[in-house]
Amino acid sequence: MAMLEIKNVTRRFGDFSAVENVSLSIESGEFFTLLGPSGCGKTTILRMLAGFDLPDAGQILLDGKDMVDTPPEKRPVRTVFQNYALFPHMTVAQNVAFPLKMARIPAAVQRKQLQEALEQVHLTDKAAAYPHELSGGQKQRVALARGLVSRPRLLLLDEPLGALDAKLREEMQVDLINLQRDVGITFVFVTHAQVEALALSHRIAVMRAGKVEQVDEPSRLYSAPCNRFVADFIGHINLLDASVLQAAHGHHVHLDIAGLGEVLAPPHVGLASGGKGYFAIRPEQVRIGVHEEVRELKNHFSATVQQFLYRGDVTVYKVRLDNGMVLEALLPNAAPGRARLFEVGDTVSVGWRHDAGVFLVA
Amino acid sequence: MAPEMSEKTQSSRATRLARWLVSGPPLLFLAVFFLLPSAIMVLASFRYPGEFGGLAPLFSTVPGVLHGLTFETYQFFFSDIIYVQVFLKSFLVALATTLICLLLAYPLALLIARSPKKSRDLMVLLVILPFASNFLVRVYAWMILLGPQAALSQAINAVLALFGLTPVHLLFSPFAVLVGMVYVHLPFMVLPLYTNLEKHDPMLLDAAQDCGANAWQRFWRITFPLSMPGILSGAALVFIPVLGMFAIPDILGGTGDMLIGNLIKEQFLGTRDWPFGSTLSIMLTLAVLAVAWLAARLGRGGKYYA
Ligand SMILES: Nc1ncnc2c1ncn2[C@@H]1O[C@H](COP(=O)(O)OP(=O)(O)O)[C@@H](O)[C@H]1O
Ligand SMILES: [Mg+2]
Repeated sequence: MAMLEIKNVTRRFGDFSAVENVSLSIESGEFFTLLGPSGCGKTTILRMLAGFDLPDAGQILLDGKDMVDTPPEKRPVRTVFQNYALFPHMTVAQNVAFPLKMARIPAAVQRKQLQEALEQVHLTDKAAAYPHELSGGQKQRVALARGLVSRPRLLLLDEPLGALDAKLREEMQVDLINLQRDVGITFVFVTHAQVEALALSHRIAVMRAGKVEQVDEPSRLYSAPCNRFVADFIGHINLLDASVLQAAHGHHVHLDIAGLGEVLAPPHVGLASGGKGYFAIRPEQVRIGVHEEVRELKNHFSATVQQFLYRGDVTVYKVRLDNGMVLEALLPNAAPGRARLFEVGDTVSVGWRHDAGVFLVA
Repeated sequence: MAPEMSEKTQSSRATRLARWLVSGPPLLFLAVFFLLPSAIMVLASFRYPGEFGGLAPLFSTVPGVLHGLTFETYQFFFSDIIYVQVFLKSFLVALATTLICLLLAYPLALLIARSPKKSRDLMVLLVILPFASNFLVRVYAWMILLGPQAALSQAINAVLALFGLTPVHLLFSPFAVLVGMVYVHLPFMVLPLYTNLEKHDPMLLDAAQDCGANAWQRFWRITFPLSMPGILSGAALVFIPVLGMFAIPDILGGTGDMLIGNLIKEQFLGTRDWPFGSTLSIMLTLAVLAVAWLAARLGRGGKYYA
């Protein structure tokens, strides 16, 4: 049995279901992320895990024990709140030691664990500072240390990096990964930023309107989204209206893309000929060029460059296919002079491998 | 270069003018209604009393007429222990009133601060509603409530009679003075406390609970220390006026319940000894300043609430 079992949990506010029949199993030591747009019920789930809210239906089992009768202060669960919620009248050391004090840990042990926690978040020299004297990133780390200091079974993090600027956020992501690996505590992390979720998590649950759409490892989620919502939410993706010509034919399926023709796509269980849906392919999987190499791909079409966006590391081309659909293709700018290979209006070939992309049932 | 400079000085002259326009009237008010009377009081305390009240002349050629400056009133103040005793008693009454107000006001302020936004305004209105009627009228009302014919006295004395104890007199006693003081000053404690508690981030209590704090620990370790600025301003707003209050002991107290306020009033309106009245007033002012300084010192830890 998994360490944390969320079984068919539903939470309603009036007629509205903020969380609807959600089931998740989270393993010990896992970095698990709830990812979804704002308002999809992520915080509501965390609040039920922490004990501030109770499910209207379903069960939450921690180490096999139903948590419904355990109040927040008795759960071996800590939360890192979105706005940190540091105690303004206590120093960094007092803030971090607060859970130890509440647990009536002997003073000598308290000192040792406090010291350890401060070292883990590199705040030993700020022990005597008050929260208002700290930067956003430092406050964030105090909140983390306070969450970790008493070695909870579960650490809940509600958009903890949301208030930091982009560069600091990236640094904190690296710190978080290392910290989680070092302490080995199970993290349940909440974010609406898919890049963050992909970078940090062992597994991700993608949520939408109170329901879980897909639970998978980041790479699986990215390469094999189970539906249009997940495909669209995680990263960028080209979606082309398509129908299945031939469900299983060796190592690929044959799809018909409206007005464009036949393409080959990787096989997919449960497909039936004639099924309608979308062919989804990532911009970085789309090759663009004028040379033979593109035309040698099994799937290739001619197109016109409509627009390009120079992003530094990559250039994104928007090309119009002959059927009027617009496709995004991404070219890395690894070599000098690559930034602007094509001009608006150029006729180019676009193509992709027969094992790239995925068919999504409508 | 030059025109820029003159522009600069012009604009700084304008801001200086604006600053005086804004802060001038309150400063003038303070000068006329606080500094000037205080100066007069200080001067008066070093004079002799006039024969029929007021002050004796500074200069006189008539033999036998007291005139000039003297330390006599100060010597008089410290020569009789009774005045220091009245001061101490006034301090005790003010302290007791402040503590009782705090104990009564804290739960009330907490209740209001944690009520839904809509009912909060109504509750605050109820707290300040007594101000709508005259202060003296309200104190006289207590005279009736605490009177021997009132239900309260009757009930208490009935219970005492059951145990064979002698009946008590509630009115014209230190108890009645304390009741009146607490009643009149309670809103001055509730309002600053409420204003402070209402600003507390409820997330902090969630965070404390998340860290394992039970209801009592959440109050004692989070709410209470964070409310210290509210407690201090409430305490100052109660303690200082109670220290100088004379109307309530006059109406509800017995002959032995004289406080500094009564003593000072007596000097000006009764015995007509203005210099000694001034001396007592100066002593009171110094005492109040000392208390205010102490409160400000204690409140300095409040820097992290901004
Ligand atoms: N106490 C509440 N009362 C009513 N509606 C609520 C309450 N808490 C959350 N909701 C609603 O539930 C939905 C999910 O909220 P939340 O879990 O905070 O979303 P997220 O954290 O994913 O942004 C939102 O539509 C929100 O308005
Ligand atoms: Mg949220």
